Amino acid sequence: MLLGKLSLAALPDQPIIIGAACFMALAALTVILALFYFKRWTWLWKEWIVSVDHKKIGIMYIIAALVMLFRGFADAMMMRSQLALSYGASHGYLPPEHYDQVFSAHGVIMIFFMAMPLMFGLLNLVVPLQIGARDVAFPFLNSLSFWLFVVGAVLVNVSLVVGEFARTGWLAYPPLSELAYSPDVGVDYYIWSLQISGIGTLMSGINFFVTIIKMRCPGMSLMKMPIFTWTALCSMILVIIAFPILTVTLGMLFLDRYMGMHFFTADFGGNAMMYVNLIWSWGHPEVYILILPAFGIFSEVVPTFSHKKLFGYETMVWATGVITILSFLVWLHHFFTMGAGGNVNAFFGIATMIISIPTGVKIFNWLFTMYRGRITFTTPMYWTMGFLITFVIGGMTGVLLSVPGADFELHNSLFLIAHFHNTIIGGVVFGYFAGFVYWFPKAMGFKLNEKIGKVVFWCWLIGFYVAFFPLYVLGLMGMTRRLNHYDVAAWHPWLIVAFIGACIVLFGIASQVLQLLVSIKQQDKDITGDPWNGRTLEWSIASPPPFYNFAIVPTVETRDAYWETKQKNLHSGATSVKPKYEDIHMPKNTGMGFIIAAFTFLFGFSMIWDITWLAIGAGAGAIISVIVRSYNYNIDYYVPAAEVERIETEISNRKLS
Amino acid sequence: MRNKHKSYLTAISFAVVSALLSGCGDAVLNPKGKIATDERDLIFLATGLMLIVVIPVFIMTFLFAWKYRASNEKAKYTPDWAHSNRIEAWVWAIPCIIIVILATVTWKTTHDLDPYKPLDVDAKPLTIQVVALDWKWLFIYPEQNIATVNYVQFPEKVPIDFKITADAPMNSFFIPQLAGQIYAMPGMETQLHAIAETEHTYDGISANYSGGGFSGMRFVAKSTTQEDFDNWVKQVRQSPTKLDSNEYNQLARPSENNPVALYSDVQNDLFHFILMKFMMPSPEMGSGSM
Repeated sequence: MLLGKLSLAALPDQPIIIGAACFMALAALTVILALFYFKRWTWLWKEWIVSVDHKKIGIMYIIAALVMLFRGFADAMMMRSQLALSYGASHGYLPPEHYDQVFSAHGVIMIFFMAMPLMFGLLNLVVPLQIGARDVAFPFLNSLSFWLFVVGAVLVNVSLVVGEFARTGWLAYPPLSELAYSPDVGVDYYIWSLQISGIGTLMSGINFFVTIIKMRCPGMSLMKMPIFTWTALCSMILVIIAFPILTVTLGMLFLDRYMGMHFFTADFGGNAMMYVNLIWSWGHPEVYILILPAFGIFSEVVPTFSHKKLFGYETMVWATGVITILSFLVWLHHFFTMGAGGNVNAFFGIATMIISIPTGVKIFNWLFTMYRGRITFTTPMYWTMGFLITFVIGGMTGVLLSVPGADFELHNSLFLIAHFHNTIIGGVVFGYFAGFVYWFPKAMGFKLNEKIGKVVFWCWLIGFYVAFFPLYVLGLMGMTRRLNHYDVAAWHPWLIVAFIGACIVLFGIASQVLQLLVSIKQQDKDITGDPWNGRTLEWSIASPPPFYNFAIVPTVETRDAYWETKQKNLHSGATSVKPKYEDIHMPKNTGMGFIIAAFTFLFGFSMIWDITWLAIGAGAGAIISVIVRSYNYNIDYYVPAAEVERIETEISNRKLS
Repeated sequence: MRNKHKSYLTAISFAVVSALLSGCGDAVLNPKGKIATDERDLIFLATGLMLIVVIPVFIMTFLFAWKYRASNEKAKYTPDWAHSNRIEAWVWAIPCIIIVILATVTWKTTHDLDPYKPLDVDAKPLTIQVVALDWKWLFIYPEQNIATVNYVQFPEKVPIDFKITADAPMNSFFIPQLAGQIYAMPGMETQLHAIAETEHTYDGISANYSGGGFSGMRFVAKSTTQEDFDNWVKQVRQSPTKLDSNEYNQLARPSENNPVALYSDVQNDLFHFILMKFMMPSPEMGSGSM
């Protein structure tokens, strides 16, 4: 009773899971021992855990995203190898009860705990710097958002060892996800990890929205913002509108399971179709939440490396806006096959294909930015080129799927799987990796190794095509998704090819790890703060920037503000007036975000396992912590002008030496 | 750069072409029913239309990347050129025109291929009721008063009215070579109208994941001559098993990779019963798998 449904039976008994659990335990133990050995506990706490500095939070998001990429990719490798083996008499090595958890976890992890944190990591690193701000609007909230995301990610990984994860697919359609068909704790892990991290996401959305609206430096009107900030703004608008839908939908599913309600159950008038509508009213905007910032990254990378202004800035902004609005009008295309009738299906099909117009325009604008430029092919530019080719193919198959008549044949097939990996890997992942390489020196103060970076690119690109083009073919051959065994001989060779493709991507990921290690060792220092000859404000300050970012808040007169300043200085010679520093108002660090998140973790875990006393205690702990924090007025301080001057002199000395 | 990209483009086009060729031997691109044929033609038409934009993008990407590489100092360089009304007009207009055409096609075909729309064929349709169970397919022939599991047979050139529901989590009823899919949902009835052009044996599947036994949820569909169909019905009527409520409740329990089963008699209005049991659980039928 004291432990709810939790008992020793919840621990794994299959060798693969025990192996994974041991691996995770070993990794955690290594980190803990290393922290003891190097006496870094205070450093970890003071420099990172309690930090409200957007740059540090950004770095932590990205590290977490990479760790989760390994986890999600391990799932992918298991699926591909299972399907390469599980033909005819052989049933592979993953029985359905395990395999079904693997594909559910893969989707959940890659979207919520890999792509989303990678996006928020880049947003955290870059947006305040691009708009000339010293932090985000609500620094404490930013820290809390991050730690709530961590709670979600940890819960997903705990499910691997204690109990099990959902066997429902990544969107947990009822009635399969209802108690009648999924009585174990898998779906509860799903609900609570997404609810908790989802609240963090919503708070981040509000935070960045307010930051971009209110904290731009003097002179930076909306139409002078860098495009990445524009896409971040639109993406955050989508977060603010879409994530409450997710929270409510999962809340209703929770009430069904926990309180015996019948929102989505098969019986007593419950309506599972409503869940499918609701989850996609969030789910479709979600893919635009992810892709818009990627578009923004390309809009920064292409002008920088073409050494030329972005072609059609206004068009880019309008196209982004149109996509933002349209993304809420297309959700039904995920289930034309529900039988909504000709008028409804045709409306949503046509609305979907209309999105391809502004997207197509963006592609042409990037191409015309390259046109008559001087293009240097650095790694970020490689990713952009890979994106242009790959994403166009993904867009084409997407429009094809938006035609209801065609979708009836292709829906839920591996063709669909190939399509959305085509856009998410070709668009989101390539985009974020471009941004990762591009802004890495800004965050860390040294560049990533370009040679290995290109190896990484080719592995991902070739690996992607080898892994997913067979899936297009298999879809046309009638293979549906989420199978764990098949008897059709003609499918087998294609699934083996797809597995080889996944191995090539694996090599790419391994190269990424190598790239990080080599680059850390090489320390190809960026002393100028402007390693790529950049155009926007983030390149006008040191790499890594001082904690207050801008010693003097910049004033902006044009787009590409830093580029224009550099051009002016080139013509008239740099003016060396000694800057006059003032006291800088900064937020104080606080461990409250971490503490609230820790309570929330206990709350989530005990809700999953029905440990009532702990749920009440931890829930109360979280609420009391929030109240305590609300009454704390000692949350900010001033950096004295003399201190700013000292740090700035140190930075300029570093440049000179 | 260039050579790498070139060889890589060749590889892609090779993959696409070989994909299409090999795909022809199978399912979606090799239909045997009218609806599936129309749907395949639609796939080709839409792909062709989109290639009008896609191919120029490919060409421009490689061309611009090559021509305006930093080392080519002969190429024109206009660092401040960022706007052209003419180019902007073109890049909006061309996608717009293509989408207008595609949207018109979509509007028309979505109505023509609406699975709920009865087919315009001069023959008396055959009704087959389909129930997705954990994890097998039950087919009920109300007019013939027979039922089958994981096997469905129907005459060629006769329109088939499938009425579809589930007594299990959501599935999707799909015979790729015959017609597009439609969801099978508990407490809901969906419809699919199809017609087989020739005699053929089709693979049928569930195209929506429904739990542990999902992979084995396959069935065989067979279109035959009317005569063969009539004979087959007579044969099924000889089957010793009848599908009464006890037998149904037994059948509705979760089971995997079920063999074909034939029932010579079906409890009156069973399909309606399955449909309505989620509204008001019935004491006689029990609550099935719930």
